[in-house]
Amino acid sequence: MNIVSPGFTGRRRGGTELPPGQYLTHEFPVLSAGPTPHVRTEHWEFTVTTESGEMYRWDWPALMALPAEEITKDIHCVTRWSKLQTTWKGVSLDTLLADVETGADYAMAHSYGGYTTNLPLEDLLDGQSWIAYEYDDEPLDPEHGGPARLLVPHLYFWKSAKWVRGLVLSDTEDLGFWETAGYHEYGDPWKEQRYAGD
Amino acid sequence: MERTAIRRRLTWQVGTVTDVRRETETARTLVLEVPEWQGHLAGQHLDVRLTAEDGYRASRSYSVASAWTGDTIELTVEQVPRGEVSPYLVDVLKVGDPLEIRGPVGGWFVWTPEQEGPVQLIGGGSGVVPLRAMLRAHAAAASTTKARLLYSVRRPESVIYVSDLKELAASDDVDVRLVYTREAPAGEPRIGRIDADLISQYAFKPEDGATTYVCGPTPFVETVADLLVAAGHDPAKVRTERFGPTGGPR
Repeated sequence: MNIVSPGFTGRRRGGTELPPGQYLTHEFPVLSAGPTPHVRTEHWEFTVTTESGEMYRWDWPALMALPAEEITKDIHCVTRWSKLQTTWKGVSLDTLLADVETGADYAMAHSYGGYTTNLPLEDLLDGQSWIAYEYDDEPLDPEHGGPARLLVPHLYFWKSAKWVRGLVLSDTEDLGFWETAGYHEYGDPWKEQRYAGD
Repeated sequence: MERTAIRRRLTWQVGTVTDVRRETETARTLVLEVPEWQGHLAGQHLDVRLTAEDGYRASRSYSVASAWTGDTIELTVEQVPRGEVSPYLVDVLKVGDPLEIRGPVGGWFVWTPEQEGPVQLIGGGSGVVPLRAMLRAHAAAASTTKARLLYSVRRPESVIYVSDLKELAASDDVDVRLVYTREAPAGEPRIGRIDADLISQYAFKPEDGATTYVCGPTPFVETVADLLVAAGHDPAKVRTERFGPTGGPR
């Protein structure tokens, strides 16, 4: 299609390459489907449920007792903003899943407030995802997903479930909240997998 | 959750601007004719793509401002200072120009006339855009569902859809209440943000079982959604859409 927008010049930027269709922001925009849940750390827990129904559980002190990592990553939201070199602190899913016995291929992340998002389990492993509880050296704000959120920066940011409370592992791929509402089931920003069928 | 039956790919389509309406000093409504448009639900959004002579492209998402009745679609765009796409849509694009769009997108922040229970709409600034689409859908379906709009604006000149809202509010089933935060018209004593008192006075009560749609800049949506939950509304019935300056340059 060869449509030109008459009179549009645009604003080109040099430097870092962004995924297709993204623009750079220095702010940290918020996108959520409902009210922000306010979860106190003394009531917080994170569970992993395997395909056989076995459940592994961590409360806040247990999470804090695990080795944490400093993470610096670019993040890309499907609403088209990208933010570079964001800094986080959290526990790698490799650490949390180290002793979990599973042969599952898929995970559904569940959040306080009812949000869900689906991911292949392999995208959560090998240093690709974390349960993050600090952003920019501060405890993570509730509006950004605190006390803890999933961080999967190589996928569009809706996969990084805020207020995460657990993973349910499964042999079959089910769709999460936005994925059911027309967004892509995988969400690779570099392939611009925004919407179903992209 | 269930897997949707068909996951059809959305393709870029070319619309033509058939009319433009200045809403405020910084907002404009574009009326588009899009021959291939399959329709949308009130509250859904679409992507707009601009292409420069040399092939450079920029895309942004905008809520659809109109209900689908089979002919045109409307977008209302608020100009964002230092924005890349919105200044073009507000000041440059003219009647007869082509505009590439892709959509509709979003299956959560939507209202359909079949939906049960009253509908409470709460908008801040240009956050009123998808809410207007819902009221338009309500009117188009001659729905008797009770609908209320609380619309927070800085001053009288900031109101988008002035005459349209008057027309919509003429229905017995629709109630429109404006809230002025900086400057109010003569005869309107209240100046201030939406607070708990205003919510209890003008919004549906938790026991009314309304679905509430809140749209506006992030701080507005955070505040209003927190007020609703504190007032006893079921968080699962409060749907939000956040945008504006904190959503980055549009």
